[in-house]
Amino acid sequence: MAGLAASFGSGAMTNDIAGIKNADVILVIGSDTTSAHPVIAARIKQAVRFGKTKLIVIDPKKIRLADYATIYAAQRCGTDVAVLNGIMHVIIKNNWHDAAYVEERCEGFEDLKKEVEKYTPGYVEKISGIPAAQIEEIAELFGKAPTAALFYAMGITQHTTGVDNVWSTANLQMLCGNLGKSGGGVNPLRGQSNVQGACDMGGLPNVFPAYQKVDDPAIREKFENAWKVKLPEKPGLTVTTMIQAAHEGKIKAFYIMGENPMISDPDLTHAEESLKHVDFIVVQDMFLTETAALADVVLPATAYAEKEGTFSNTERRVQLLKKAVEPPAGTRHDWEIIRDLAGSMGAAGWDYSRSEDILRELVTLAPSYGGITYERLGRNGLHWPCPTKEHPGTPVLHVGKFSRGKGLMKAIPFKEPAELPDAEYPLIMSSGRVLEQFHTGTMSRKTEGLNRLAGPMVMMSVEDAEALGIANSEKVRVTTRRGSIVTNAFVTKRIGRGTIFLPFHYAEAPANRLTIAALDPVAKIPEYKVCAARIDKI
Amino acid sequence: MFVTFNGKKFPVAEGRTVLEAARDNGLFIPSLCYHPKTGPAGKCRACVVEIEGMRGLQTSCTIPAKDGMAVTTNSPKVLAAQRLVVDLMLSSGQHDCLSCEQNGSCELQNAAYFLGIERPSFRVDSEPDFDESSEFIYRDHEKCIQCGRCVAGCNNTVVNEVLDFGWRGHNTKVICDDDLPMGTSSCVQCGECVQLCPTGSIIDKRSRGQARSWEVEKVETVCPYCGVGCRIALHVDRKTNRIVRATGVEDAPTNQGMLCVKGRFAFDFVASTERLTTPLIRENGNFREASWEEAYSLISSKLGEIKTKHGADSIGGFCSAKCTNEENYLFQKFMRAVIGTNNVDHCARL
Repeated sequence: MAGLAASFGSGAMTNDIAGIKNADVILVIGSDTTSAHPVIAARIKQAVRFGKTKLIVIDPKKIRLADYATIYAAQRCGTDVAVLNGIMHVIIKNNWHDAAYVEERCEGFEDLKKEVEKYTPGYVEKISGIPAAQIEEIAELFGKAPTAALFYAMGITQHTTGVDNVWSTANLQMLCGNLGKSGGGVNPLRGQSNVQGACDMGGLPNVFPAYQKVDDPAIREKFENAWKVKLPEKPGLTVTTMIQAAHEGKIKAFYIMGENPMISDPDLTHAEESLKHVDFIVVQDMFLTETAALADVVLPATAYAEKEGTFSNTERRVQLLKKAVEPPAGTRHDWEIIRDLAGSMGAAGWDYSRSEDILRELVTLAPSYGGITYERLGRNGLHWPCPTKEHPGTPVLHVGKFSRGKGLMKAIPFKEPAELPDAEYPLIMSSGRVLEQFHTGTMSRKTEGLNRLAGPMVMMSVEDAEALGIANSEKVRVTTRRGSIVTNAFVTKRIGRGTIFLPFHYAEAPANRLTIAALDPVAKIPEYKVCAARIDKI
Repeated sequence: MFVTFNGKKFPVAEGRTVLEAARDNGLFIPSLCYHPKTGPAGKCRACVVEIEGMRGLQTSCTIPAKDGMAVTTNSPKVLAAQRLVVDLMLSSGQHDCLSCEQNGSCELQNAAYFLGIERPSFRVDSEPDFDESSEFIYRDHEKCIQCGRCVAGCNNTVVNEVLDFGWRGHNTKVICDDDLPMGTSSCVQCGECVQLCPTGSIIDKRSRGQARSWEVEKVETVCPYCGVGCRIALHVDRKTNRIVRATGVEDAPTNQGMLCVKGRFAFDFVASTERLTTPLIRENGNFREASWEEAYSLISSKLGEIKTKHGADSIGGFCSAKCTNEENYLFQKFMRAVIGTNNVDHCARL
């Protein structure tokens, strides 16, 4: 999101789901959409089969969506900047870009043009493995489209070059004039029910709600006046850097609400050491998760179906949750627990008696949520920004102009991932999700049927399996410099030679024992999508 | 514009079919193959009506409503034709309602009730023919009326392209891929077919026997899994305080009724026996149960101590992408205003 915020002035999906059908071309890069966002994938498939849309899929795995694509290309993991620069090279060379749009609405074009000059299709083929002719075809289909949408997910962001990758997608969309109109946009698909909302609410170390910077004195004063307390000036640490700081003894206590870093964090052996260094850990969850098992105090919380409140989805639509069942006796809502803890620590004025009281307070401080009430959300919700009670909401961002004024194009040179394969670890390992499980499995793994449908596995190519003498479903050992796990081989033609993929949902075979904790220097996101690995027959 | 139904004038919106115009005005015409999402199919012929100036009986689901049109839905001729169509459907297959999951929300049952069909006039013996190979979906071919809604939904709505009609004539049936059992086919169990089936032919396997359709209350909320934000209706049995099934909300702008295998079927965690129901405090390496008051007081004294000794920035907080906006707002306010640090983040990066 840091890349989008810097280029446009706002880091969120620019367009809405309903507008997908208005795209002439859709480029999906770094998103296994049918697995991680199945219903958005359905909208894309509808547009392809029954509408005017042509689909381009660029992904190291031949994902299901590739079966609906006009062009499918497999890049080597971690070469997205080179691929996108190559596409832009061809588009600029052939004058397929929207020069008037770039002139009027963007800045930095000359820098970008100069940078992508060397990314000839031949050069990009050498880096990425995508044939030069296919780069040309992609550029032509995408560049000539009147309106083209770009969708990505963690395949773009979870790299040491995550911000560079995101900025490159923004460059391409600005170059082709695809922002600020229905059917276009840069569309990062958010992976959890309220990850957008958690960001919007200031669940980030550098911003208050609605992305207002903590190091801006005027903003801080506003919150100090509202909360009647002196606030810290210095931006805090991210999840990943907090774990590192804990390892170094700088973090002494953790308060963890509904998160499970002991499955979701990179290099789990290191993360576990970090948590064990910490003096005091409080975990608030529905279950005794792998993380809660390391806690000093565990507090029982309620489930989504037991509470009222709001979630903000990937297209910035704020929607109302209704209570369906009574929570188990003994549990409390997360907001009740936080309120009570604040009271117990002596804070004054925390007298919320229902979820709606909290919303009423936050809308006065978060301008983009300013016009939202439970009553207005009704059944279909509202897209933020929705600054006033009369505002209808904003399905498409950046219409007419960008949030930051001019869209900022930036020259992005290609950089290799942190860890490349070598003789000892000859394979490129990537990690991610499967359709039938969710994140750390705390919720999805309680449904037995899902476990029968999708258990731990390593996806590997037929070529690699044959070379190692490994049969489908055979138990194998996967090893990286961080650790080693035993899992089941899933031998398939859907992944290319030299690349393997592991879903990270499983405590009994945790892919994150293997992943590398190398971070993007700006976004501090770990490089889950590339590290060097080895597979051994057992 | 106006359309006359059975001698009475009703206002009708542009672009509606005769069937839709009747439904918009609260008039019941039996119909089985039509669904607002999959559109008119003109297959089942249960919706036939008389339209002034048109010869014979017309399928109301396929005829566009026009201003001044006069439609008769209740003449003896219309009702006799509808009755025969529904009677023949009831006669083919085994439409046993007693323990059918769809009892009470079955569109075939509703049609039979409306037309006063107590039992089918013709009996055709048939062998049991069901498919329980799928983890979450149960198919009873004998309750299939071949309306084609599941096939249309699978191919046109979720575009998974698994279901189709196979075989010919009397043997025609809905098949998965090249007539594979559903469980071994390419079906991803999104359950769109379950949602669209008008009878008990394709149903949520695990909700069988859990609660009658009239015993559950539907509560609309938002799916807890990925970030698409599908609107979901949880069917709750109030007697047991349990979710017995979930369906997609048809008019939701996010998902148009669609869900995935997780959203539709993976709600078991809510009623899981593994849920925590009391605070736990670690003592001598093991957890023991504690009261909320004890837990709160331990946390506030410990955090206060660490803050005094090492500074507020020695405390870190993870809020949650699975909690509400209100909870996340309150959490960051707690870390910033009560603890006094900006060390607050969540798994957006993970």
